[in-house]
Amino acid sequence: MTRSITYAAALLEAQDICLERYPEVLLMGLGVPDPKGIFGSTLGLQEKHGAQRVFDIPLSESAMTGVALGSAITGMRPIITHQRIDFALVSMEQIVNQAAKWHYMFGGTMNAPMVIRMIIGRGWGQGPQHSQSLQAWFAHVPGLKVIMPTTAADAKGLLIAAVEDENPVICIEHRWLYGIADDVPEGYFTTELGSARVLREGSDVTLVGASYMTLEALRAAEKLAEQGVDAEVIDLRTVRPLDSETILKSVAKTGRVVIADTGHRAFGISAEISALVTEHAFSSLKSAPVRIGLPDFPTPTSPALAATYYPTYAEIAVAAMESLGRDASVDIFITKNGGNHDQPDPSFVGPF
Amino acid sequence: MSKASDLLHQMLRIRMVEEEIAERYAEQEMRCPVHLSIGQEAPAVGVCAVLQQADWVFSGHRNHAHYLAKGGDLKRMLAEIYGKETGCCGGRGGSMHLTDQQAGFIGATPIVGSTIPIAVGAALTAQLRGEDRVVVIFLGDGAVETGVFHESVNFACVRNLPVIFACEDNGYSVYSPMSVRQPPSRSLSELAAGHGIVTSKVDGNDVVAVMAEAGAAVKRARENGAPSFIEMTTYRWREHCGPDFDNHIGYRSENEFEQWRDLDPIGALAASAHYDGTESELEGMKKAIAQEIEEAFEFAKESPFPPAGDAAKGVYA
Repeated sequence: MTRSITYAAALLEAQDICLERYPEVLLMGLGVPDPKGIFGSTLGLQEKHGAQRVFDIPLSESAMTGVALGSAITGMRPIITHQRIDFALVSMEQIVNQAAKWHYMFGGTMNAPMVIRMIIGRGWGQGPQHSQSLQAWFAHVPGLKVIMPTTAADAKGLLIAAVEDENPVICIEHRWLYGIADDVPEGYFTTELGSARVLREGSDVTLVGASYMTLEALRAAEKLAEQGVDAEVIDLRTVRPLDSETILKSVAKTGRVVIADTGHRAFGISAEISALVTEHAFSSLKSAPVRIGLPDFPTPTSPALAATYYPTYAEIAVAAMESLGRDASVDIFITKNGGNHDQPDPSFVGPF
Repeated sequence: MSKASDLLHQMLRIRMVEEEIAERYAEQEMRCPVHLSIGQEAPAVGVCAVLQQADWVFSGHRNHAHYLAKGGDLKRMLAEIYGKETGCCGGRGGSMHLTDQQAGFIGATPIVGSTIPIAVGAALTAQLRGEDRVVVIFLGDGAVETGVFHESVNFACVRNLPVIFACEDNGYSVYSPMSVRQPPSRSLSELAAGHGIVTSKVDGNDVVAVMAEAGAAVKRARENGAPSFIEMTTYRWREHCGPDFDNHIGYRSENEFEQWRDLDPIGALAASAHYDGTESELEGMKKAIAQEIEEAFEFAKESPFPPAGDAAKGVYA
């Protein structure tokens, strides 16, 4: 049975199921049992599963990541949450030096099954330290897996699979996806880590999206269809391990690719996929791969300064048109619906 | 063997292993950094003497003594330092990453302070599972300056975890003396005590005294699940990293070293009333240890290297 629930509710279900199914699963993080419950994604779990296993933590992200790792290598399966990816940066040492390498550097004698949830955001003046998308940092490190679910169903399936995985998995969730509802199966199911999904088949150009940018890519595909362009849309779902096969297969068909990531263009996920396609599908390419991502400066806070900071479906559509050798201006794609650039929809009024 | 004889044997064994590593290091077959524990044997042996096999120990870069005192396999340690397939990490770790799960020596890594919260996490597992298990994290005076140390002690106190922070104060972080790192009017244990943890300070060259303090800490952990911090003052005889002495390079004096060498934890125990063995028994002990060490080095040297093609294996479980 499926029914429509939000992304946040899907994350909540995934953790509830894991806590129910596996006595070794722990859930810890700043605000996990508080009245807001990580934007609704942990609400009620402490009441249901007890304060021993579901708990708030001191403001010590670095040590608590180490604590999670120490519990993981001795038999537990911790989930640790960060309300912003920016907060997780103080725990990078534990993630990169310790968790990522623990299995390898001890010759495979121990596993580190742990999930680190990090929320990325956008808009409403989140500014320089509340809106970064640093998936490329984590994906750069061998030993880590990185997932970025876009749909509510994948949020649930991927998070359960991440908890069951024997390795440290970074789960990157976009705040703007939290309120979006989608058909999600009831009960237990998993979505395989490392598999991208073709959301829309097409023959003219491949649009690869990560997280929220997948939704922008889908909108771009609709707009492109109005211009007679048949776009294929791939939702990356997992950044590492990267599903090269699905991407290369699509590019072999279309010969053109636009990659839309929530992070910076430079040295980012879109750069990596662009390199992948160039190295392995060069002869299929009819035009150069295009990267769509954040510009090379920190996120400004003022709505006036941030107005053009985040790329949208319009930029993706223009890039696709240009890769087809067709003139296009952003204006022809913009829908004048009165929406604001710093809200996913008018119901989102911040502050966080 | 009497208890004192056993303590002496363990300290001598560690000393002689380390000296043999130093002796052979110039052969350039041990191709990784080594941080020798010579002079600091008493904290390792004294603390581990009150632990059970099921208890878990973590450490940092200077971990040979802790590994051996907890019962870590000598052959696999040396094979690891030689980069061999038979090493405890199959050659992936080296001297700074020892592990022996069976002995309860869970792991050591060389980023100062970083294994402290990991040990606390292991204590959380022990607590959640209701296991009769104590976790010890060996750390140095430098680690007390890291943020994660304080974060970890705080959390251990919040959750009342069965973990012992066993702190060896050897006076230096590499070449940086205490005077440039911490204020003179405050001791390590006073600093830790601010977190509400039970602390004690003991002569880290007196293995019997270390054992007594560690015994009390283990009792607190087993009976009340409470954490403890033990400050043990001691001295590193050789250079920070490597086989040599470095008193001539200017960061400490030969005189200071000689004063500490006179406080040799092994000599002190052998000369104390605790030890009632004869001179010839001591010689016999040394001979037996030398034989064991010789065989372990032979094992390490004769073991095969891991196949180069295996380097990429084992990144993911």
